[in-house]
Amino acid sequence: MNINLKIWRQKGVKEEGKLHNYRLENVDPNISFLEMLDILNINLVKEKRDPVAFDHDCREGICGSCGFMINGRPHGPQKATTVCQLHMRSFKNEDTILLEPFRAEAFPVIKDLSVDRQVFDKIISSGGYISANTGEVPEANETKIEKKYADEAFLSSACIGCGACVAACKNSSAMLFTSAKVSHLSLLPQGAKDKDARVINMVATMDEMGFGSCTNTGACSAECPKEISQENISRLNQDFIKSSLMGLLKRNK
Amino acid sequence: MSNKNLFSKAPNGDLYTKWEEYKKSLKTLSFDEADQYKVIIIGTGLAGASAAATMAEHGFNVHAFSFHESPRRAHSIAAQGGINAAKNYKNDGDSVMRLFYDTIKGGDFRSREDNVYRLAEISKNIIDQCVAQGVPFAREYGGLLDNRSFGGVQVSRTFYARGQTGQQLLLGAYSALSRQTEKNKVKFYPRHDMLDVVLKDGKAKGIITRNLLNGEIKAHSADIVILATGGYSNVYYLSTNAMASNVTANWRAHRKGALFANPSFTQIHPTCIPVKNEFQSKLTLMSESLRNDGRVWVPKKKNDTRKPVDIPENERDYYLERIYPAFGNLVPRDVASRRAKEVCDEGRGIGPTGFAVYLDFKRAIKEKGEDFIREKYGNLFDMYQNITDENPYKTPMKIYPAVHYTMGGLWVDYNLMTTVEGLFSIGESNFSDHGANRLGASALMQGLADGYFVIPHTAMHYLAEEKPLGKDISDEKEFLEAIEHTKREIDELMSIDGEYAVDEVHRELGKVVWDNVGMARNEAGLKEALKKIPKIKEKFWKEISIPGSDKDINQELEKALRIKDFIELAELMAFDALDREESCGAHFREEYQTEENEAERNDKDYKYVAAWEYSKSGQPKLFKEDLKYENVKLKTRSYK
Repeated sequence: MNINLKIWRQKGVKEEGKLHNYRLENVDPNISFLEMLDILNINLVKEKRDPVAFDHDCREGICGSCGFMINGRPHGPQKATTVCQLHMRSFKNEDTILLEPFRAEAFPVIKDLSVDRQVFDKIISSGGYISANTGEVPEANETKIEKKYADEAFLSSACIGCGACVAACKNSSAMLFTSAKVSHLSLLPQGAKDKDARVINMVATMDEMGFGSCTNTGACSAECPKEISQENISRLNQDFIKSSLMGLLKRNK
Repeated sequence: MSNKNLFSKAPNGDLYTKWEEYKKSLKTLSFDEADQYKVIIIGTGLAGASAAATMAEHGFNVHAFSFHESPRRAHSIAAQGGINAAKNYKNDGDSVMRLFYDTIKGGDFRSREDNVYRLAEISKNIIDQCVAQGVPFAREYGGLLDNRSFGGVQVSRTFYARGQTGQQLLLGAYSALSRQTEKNKVKFYPRHDMLDVVLKDGKAKGIITRNLLNGEIKAHSADIVILATGGYSNVYYLSTNAMASNVTANWRAHRKGALFANPSFTQIHPTCIPVKNEFQSKLTLMSESLRNDGRVWVPKKKNDTRKPVDIPENERDYYLERIYPAFGNLVPRDVASRRAKEVCDEGRGIGPTGFAVYLDFKRAIKEKGEDFIREKYGNLFDMYQNITDENPYKTPMKIYPAVHYTMGGLWVDYNLMTTVEGLFSIGESNFSDHGANRLGASALMQGLADGYFVIPHTAMHYLAEEKPLGKDISDEKEFLEAIEHTKREIDELMSIDGEYAVDEVHRELGKVVWDNVGMARNEAGLKEALKKIPKIKEKFWKEISIPGSDKDINQELEKALRIKDFIELAELMAFDALDREESCGAHFREEYQTEENEAERNDKDYKYVAAWEYSKSGQPKLFKEDLKYENVKLKTRSYK
């Protein structure tokens, strides 16, 4: 198949970017989308031109490194699929494909399709953990955890931190990302320990980092490559209200 | 340099109490005392993140470096199947002793008893730690933790979180690390490559890094340096490792005097999605856990092009079940891989290339139901279907072996210190626990054992005997020289104005290593590799092209700095494989096999760890650590 690419090229954070056109011919539809970009880049290197920068690593859909907009959608057209797991058979001969970086104030463009998502680490370090020093913990089977809660927690913790939810949201909200971690930990009995501080601090950090607010459009969950459920957001909201009220009550005592 | 005689420094005494007794003898520092020291950790996967978190909990000031933007991107995240622990929750006769023995035997008696026993012992603490952190392991309906079995063993001791165990464990270690970042005990340096270790008075006291965002070359000093930089499977170009996984930190340490042990011990995983075409950039693993319910077969006839459904049962060869009735489809990885290669070499391989075998779930689906299989392996089946465009619930998977893990790595003593004082190596980056072959679900175990439970004790003891630097010494002569050296090397790379993209040279290197230092090796092939690799090296230094500037994000330069080291490593792997005139575990020398085509070990002459010293002349020097077996009997491995 032959394809036409329109790719956002931007030299650095402070530079202006613009779209460039490229054409690739005789592309095997069974190669992955990133392998298609590898071919483009080898061609560019051979022409002594700067190859297109993009983040990627495991190419198994789990590390969360890859992610950019393909025809206006984070990770492209295939549901529940990261860019690295997308294959050229999802496109048609002579298609024009538009590639742009994730757009969000909190994710500055580093170069071309690569963005800086370090703010996610900041949200996690402000409370996305259970305080348990190494070695100072009980025997693993001491606390039974009902399978349904363990399974539910697993589904929330399957988030890969790619940022597609933010890119999909018209307000660039990080609510799905944050709520998935809050839910994962608060669904488990171990997580009860830091529960109140966790939700309040993580939400505060999220706001501080310049993410927009959540208006429950559900675009985040619809575009999430790991299908993280919107239910996490309701859980976060409940926890947040409860914890804030508890805080107020304590202060008024 | 010290420690050239290569003694493990394991304490004497009873194997079963050795580690606990030893720990009691190690010096400790209070939180405030530890606060005087700075610890550099390179790599933040399972080993690095768990070490960083724990050392910080003890009071050390940890500076953690990664080429990733976040610790959560490390390749530990991609481990699928599980983590072993001798909890014996299933009451099926498991014990620390049994895990120890399985690991020693699985490694074909080429690993150190003391280290392996310690690993088995610690395995239990790891599960406790992870559960406390909120790792959502699979559970039974009653609420207790579930287990499954894995290759090379006959008990169920593998803890798992669907097919995403590595992800969940890494997120656990990452959360523990993040908690310390918030307390300012860990400073994380994202998008930094380590390009050199700096020695002062023979001790590792810092590193040189390149900031991948702006190309800045910088020196960092510290009281010790811990390498947790993973394995080097990408020397083969195609492997299941992530694209950027590399040997550079380890190789630079090797060039500075750290011996590299058993470099040719590389694991070829039997169940990967086969190579489809020349553009393939990496290979995808299908977890070994699939062999619990999947049956491996090929047609009995050569060049049989019928669809699998059209081949009747009596014309199929379930060769693992046939050759190994006791373990069947659950033989260790090296055995399963080699047998797959053998049937394909006979012309009985399937698929368009003939380099694939079937992994068939028909019987399991019939007996246990599709829902059961979906619950257990759903994400793997989806991944398979997405990549191959075939539905494994309806038609058998096609699989073929691929490079997956490297048992070799930097030589370390019982304290996980390399031959360079003050330089430690943990996780896959060292050679220590898996001998000539690693059992499934043991990599996660080792990474976390080293990081949470070993290095915090042994490194603390080392530091307790070292006066803290107490200041930044990165402006001293040794550091400035190392910076100059690194800059010169980068200038040299940038000035090569050839015709080839770095990837093209890498692919060429990978083919030579795969063909000659892969699943089966022989003298002629290894000598051929030693002739070809220098030519590739020459091509690399004369004919590659790196557009753009080194003062900017330059992914081609990043690759070039890595491939440069892979080329040198490839040569060492061939030397190592040539030296070892025996077959053991994953190292299969065709000249040394039994009549039944099993590996023929030579314990009389090769019961040693081969640790190599770097030499500029290209002729590395071999040091040996003799392996002592006082608690297990050396036996021919049998899975029949």
